[in-house]
Amino acid sequence: MATEQTLLQVRDLQIGATVYPPDAKPHDIEIVKGVSFDLAKGRVLGLIGESGAGKSTIGLASLAYGRGGVRITGGEIFLRGQDILNINKKDIRSIRGSKVCYVAQSAAAAFNPAHRLMDQVIEAARENGTASKADLTGRAITLFESLGLPDPQHIGNRYPHQVSGGQLQRIMTAMALCSEPDLIVFDEPTTALDVTTQIDVLAAIRNAIKQTGVAALYISHDLAVVAQIADEMMVLRNGEVVEHGDTRQIIEAPVQEYTRALVNVRAIDHPQAADTHTSLLNVSNITASYPGSAETVLSDVSVQLQPGHTLAVVGESGSGKSTLARVITGLLAPSNGTVEFDGRQLSASLDGRSRDDLRQLQMIYQMADVAMNPRQTVKTIIGRPLSFYFGLRGKEKATRIHELLESIELGPEYADRYPAELSGGQKQRVCIARALAAKPKLIICDEVTSALDPLIADGILKLLLNLQQREQVAYLFVTHDIATVKAIADSIAVMYQGQVVRYGPKSRVLSPPFDDYTDLLLSSVPEMDVGWLDNAIAGRRMESAGH
Amino acid sequence: MPHLILLIAQRLALGFLLLLAVSALIFLGTEILPGDVAQSILGQSATPEALANLRRDLGLNEPALKRYFSWLWGLLHGDLGTALTNGADIASSIGSRLFNTMFLATVAAVISVPLALILGMLAVRYRNRWPDKLISGSTLAFISLPEFFIGYLLIYFVAVKLGWFPSVATVYESMSFTERLSAVALPATTLTLVVLAHMMRMTRAAILNVMQSAYIETAELKGLSALKIIFRHAFPNAIAPIVNVVMLNLAYLIVGVVVVEVIFVYPGMGQYLVDHVAKRDVPVVQACGLVFAAFYIFLNMAADIIAILSNPRLRHPK
Repeated sequence: MATEQTLLQVRDLQIGATVYPPDAKPHDIEIVKGVSFDLAKGRVLGLIGESGAGKSTIGLASLAYGRGGVRITGGEIFLRGQDILNINKKDIRSIRGSKVCYVAQSAAAAFNPAHRLMDQVIEAARENGTASKADLTGRAITLFESLGLPDPQHIGNRYPHQVSGGQLQRIMTAMALCSEPDLIVFDEPTTALDVTTQIDVLAAIRNAIKQTGVAALYISHDLAVVAQIADEMMVLRNGEVVEHGDTRQIIEAPVQEYTRALVNVRAIDHPQAADTHTSLLNVSNITASYPGSAETVLSDVSVQLQPGHTLAVVGESGSGKSTLARVITGLLAPSNGTVEFDGRQLSASLDGRSRDDLRQLQMIYQMADVAMNPRQTVKTIIGRPLSFYFGLRGKEKATRIHELLESIELGPEYADRYPAELSGGQKQRVCIARALAAKPKLIICDEVTSALDPLIADGILKLLLNLQQREQVAYLFVTHDIATVKAIADSIAVMYQGQVVRYGPKSRVLSPPFDDYTDLLLSSVPEMDVGWLDNAIAGRRMESAGH
Repeated sequence: MPHLILLIAQRLALGFLLLLAVSALIFLGTEILPGDVAQSILGQSATPEALANLRRDLGLNEPALKRYFSWLWGLLHGDLGTALTNGADIASSIGSRLFNTMFLATVAAVISVPLALILGMLAVRYRNRWPDKLISGSTLAFISLPEFFIGYLLIYFVAVKLGWFPSVATVYESMSFTERLSAVALPATTLTLVVLAHMMRMTRAAILNVMQSAYIETAELKGLSALKIIFRHAFPNAIAPIVNVVMLNLAYLIVGVVVVEVIFVYPGMGQYLVDHVAKRDVPVVQACGLVFAAFYIFLNMAADIIAILSNPRLRHPK
């Protein structure tokens, strides 16, 4: 099997860690359970899976590195025939940063804030190689240029906080390429980026791989992204290989059930609800800025929401969508404009709102983890609004808690658990139950599925849709994810730089003719199609040539 | 950059304001102290008339507020007043004492600060292994021992048994630099041992905190050696907390050395202050208090400014 062309051989790799649960004895867990694969020179292998699948752990293992207490417990890894798991520390150091390089998920955190970018980019190559500083600087500038960075001559003189997230991610790729390695491990390099930035970074990374002929392990939870870059794919689940094959085969003809589920994720079909000509929420001409800042975060924003409908507010980070949610809930008083709810005008500040106003307008957050008190049981968390708003006690309250648990598809045994004992999806469900407990007319969902794996997120969206049918609750859905919008919205407001650039029923907002920004946004969303990136970029070139 | 200058100017202004407040506090403090200078000068057998005359001559009968402002006015002109007990000019007496104190403090700082930083980094490099435990254990042992005990141990072993350095740190003006160094060797060593642990522990803790960051992993995955990672990637980001503790200890080296000065009979500020407290010489106590407060404020301000400068976000705004 191993030939001249084989770069990386992984044989029956087993990786474990010791966990220290708060109320149990420390014990060992298996993270990767016997994974094997070969990677030929210049090939790109996509590692796909949900969180906990072990994909990052495998990526780091190819640098003979275990994060935190993670250790490689069995198996072999050969890099160009050299057994890298059984060599001394000095030899491992000479592999890291020179033969195998790593591109981290969050470049913003992975760059040292105290040093200039250029010093960091050429550091590994200086450490392990013989090239002079001037040569390496020249090489880095060439790489900056080929990765499409602005002002490649001087961008290296900046500090990490002085460039944008998308630029940092490209500079990190340049940092990896600067050592002219055999293999680069890309660990979710575009996950933290906005979708319109992601497409450029993705294209830059792919071109760089093609030009240099470097082999790569490309790790992502997003199948559509990996499909644009990888030659072959390996689907992982709970530390085991589910399916390994050619990219086209995985996308177009998956063999395993689990792979099929991943490919078909976000295929929820939500028909747009009929116009009722009534309005539950009427936001008019809101202009807002944060205290002590002169910058206007929202300018003249007006949207409407009908009872029992879903309005999706979509935009990139910094577009003002979460600020809009804060204004509606009363957490931020706008400098101008009004919020009308259920036929009456709401007070701009939280203090001026009645308890019933508060009850009818509930919120669900992105981080279910931190939105719950870790020292309270599920029962207490859900029970709080029941006693606060309705004065329920004793048996009545217990019955209602069980009803609510049932409505979020959790059994009564969850009532006595603590948040730490729940999975990410279950935590979000409890937060939904807490919001529902107040019997609200409107729930504001702020990026509620962004922190979840696709399959789990799908379940949450389906649950929200079911609950809407049953309880006739309206949702204001704040999200950056177009697929979520398509799945759940009745009407859509597209926000950009604090303004609503496009607003209307879903059918109209998502069909042409588009304004420039919406067009850019929609065309940037990766599709489950091997040729998507080529087409999207070709489309943009034609457009810019046409202008 | 103008943003940064403004920030630093703000700190400076704040420092002076603080110093003014401290001068008022010092004056108030000495005002409400029990005891009477005239009484302590003339002794228990003095007649009431003699006491009243002396009080009038010393200006003690003026209203407190007036005395405060005339004192402040003097301060602004570099006039610290004259000692009540011997009529000497305080500014010139403090001058030579302060120089001695500063010399001792500087020698101790030049040894202890780099040593503490290096030991802290080594402790991180070998954390939870024997070098870490040895460094932590020994520095903690020295901080746990009283200063006078360390001082006497050094005198016994280094001065008496080995005879390397003098046990009495006498300095006079005509001494050469090396003679001075040799004279302060033992008090400086004592002070070094006393302040080492605090700075070293803070260096260790601050760097360990930074070691959790993602960019440390990046550095590890670049194949850098552990010491390079600590020195080049962790330390620059841990400067702010470390410099605060370093400055506190430097301040201690100047204002807290009374015991060490007494043991080694070193003519510094500490002894000067203690002598005049005993004699109820209020102007001297006030002047010393103000000089000490100025050092405290200045060093802490310096810590603030260095912490600001160590942050690239403030040095190089977007």
